Amino acid sequence: MSITTSASAASQDAPVTKPARRKVRLTDRSRHERNLGWLLAGPAFIVMVAVTGYPILNAIWLSLFDYRLTDPAGRDFIGLGNYGMILTDALFWQQFGITTLITVVTVAVELVLGFALAMVMHRALYLRTPLRTAILVPYGIITVVSAYAWAYAFSNTYGFVNPMLGLGEFDWFGGTWSALFAVCVAEIWKTTPFMSLLLLAGLAQIPDDYLEAAKVDGAKAWQRVKRVILPNMKAAIMVALLFRTLDAFRIFDSIFIMTAGAQNTETLSFLAYRQTISRVMIGLGSAVSVILAILVVLIAFLFLKVFKTDLSQARGDRK
Amino acid sequence: MKASRQVQIAWVVGAILVILYAIIPVFWIVSLSFKEGDDITNKSFLPTVWSWANYRTVFASDLFTTALRNSVGMALIATTISVILATLAAYAISRLEFPGKRLVLGVALAITVFPVIAIATPLFNLWRNIGLYDTWLGLIIPYLSYSLPLAVYVLAAFFREIPWEMEQAAQVDGATAWQAFRRVIVPLAAPGVFTAAILTFFAVWNDFVFGITLTSSEAARPVPAALAFFQGASQFSQPTAPIAAAAVVVTIPVVILVLLFQRKIVAGLTSGAVKG
Repeated sequence: MSITTSASAASQDAPVTKPARRKVRLTDRSRHERNLGWLLAGPAFIVMVAVTGYPILNAIWLSLFDYRLTDPAGRDFIGLGNYGMILTDALFWQQFGITTLITVVTVAVELVLGFALAMVMHRALYLRTPLRTAILVPYGIITVVSAYAWAYAFSNTYGFVNPMLGLGEFDWFGGTWSALFAVCVAEIWKTTPFMSLLLLAGLAQIPDDYLEAAKVDGAKAWQRVKRVILPNMKAAIMVALLFRTLDAFRIFDSIFIMTAGAQNTETLSFLAYRQTISRVMIGLGSAVSVILAILVVLIAFLFLKVFKTDLSQARGDRK
Repeated sequence: MKASRQVQIAWVVGAILVILYAIIPVFWIVSLSFKEGDDITNKSFLPTVWSWANYRTVFASDLFTTALRNSVGMALIATTISVILATLAAYAISRLEFPGKRLVLGVALAITVFPVIAIATPLFNLWRNIGLYDTWLGLIIPYLSYSLPLAVYVLAAFFREIPWEMEQAAQVDGATAWQAFRRVIVPLAAPGVFTAAILTFFAVWNDFVFGITLTSSEAARPVPAALAFFQGASQFSQPTAPIAAAAVVVTIPVVILVLLFQRKIVAGLTSGAVKG
């Protein structure tokens, strides 16, 4: 994730700073630049680390206690006891499964749908502005509002979905799978535009000549997509997948509004919320939060190592 | 690439389908918000009579108007703080050579993907102990945990594209340092700062997790959290349509920003995220 400095600054300082770094002796100019750099970037850096780092460390600490807010006197150090309790609980693994299922399904559908949307945005010569404006509405809309819109649409009291599909009084939120389906539809609707804009950026970087050449060579439309377009936007796809997977894994708002965890639709974020806020089991809830954080880090690590996602490859400056 | 007429028509049809995809659910909640009485349960897409009754209800309710004031106030404050700090940091990252600048960007990126609930639950305990629970400050501080990294990496991506050497060129041409900054650099940087502000505002405006975990009353509860509380604890006999009306009200700022700044938002999202 390196940043290219401006041409002037780099050409003036590069020869000076490089040997200086080895010898520790800095020229006045580079020392000044170094101080100014931290003076400007320092406040943002400190605030970011403080507002995130402190709560995380605090959560790790609290997760080692058997601590219920309503019973502070009974606070008891139990080491990794909370983790043992969570990881041996079948309910946790079920919620882990639900969260993973939602993540895999929504991200997979969003990738395909997002690619189709990106192709339309890239190719359509007419309606360009209305198209891009419309696509930003689901992106910008509050997740809670989207969740309500879909919850009411699927509702068997208020919604138009049942009459439209001829399903009569079918209760979408009465069963695990149908409720999860509704939640996934809401999530996919809301976040596909973001995915498609990331893919559009990758699509725009493919030179038209490549496609022209493939066409001249007689490649069919599907072959052009498979052999020319997809390989050339691999980096953009990987970045979009990484961002969306990490985002989908922490799903909370839609679950809270649409099912409130009923019918076994609880996700890990919802579990952390319920343990800490509703049941005020601070120790146990903190442990769930820490596990969730570790899982997110693991997913990111997997992406970066196994899929070899190189974030710098997706950058415009390596043309 | 020249495409045949048929192919052109196919893309236009595709474009119309995508537009419908994006706006039908929004139109549905708008339509629901104008329903009254028996219409609310008529299960049809449109009301038989369009009524403003639900809007009158939500604006007459302190629950909603206070939440709206909280949302607007806290989102503007968090956005302003984030954009100021991020502008300084992004300027340093894109223009100056100093050890640790990759660390600043790396930390920003790592924090944006962090599960928000994992920050909210420890703060619930901490804020109760130090008196920040259920206050504006108690929400603005955690908002910075995602608005600031977002602003930093969007701005760093924007500033990388700025031809900084134009500042020296202006000085060579006889401008003072201040004139060069004011006339050359500010106009170049302003669109990026503005875009970062819009994206940051969207992110904070969307908050739900902090809103429900760190508040217990109207004192600081933002709209998304207040919407969730309309259900049980409200005076409305039938909260569905009023919720829809309230949802439409908080969607209006989003639609206005999108209509006015579509181009900038697309540029900000793609450069910020992909080039991150």
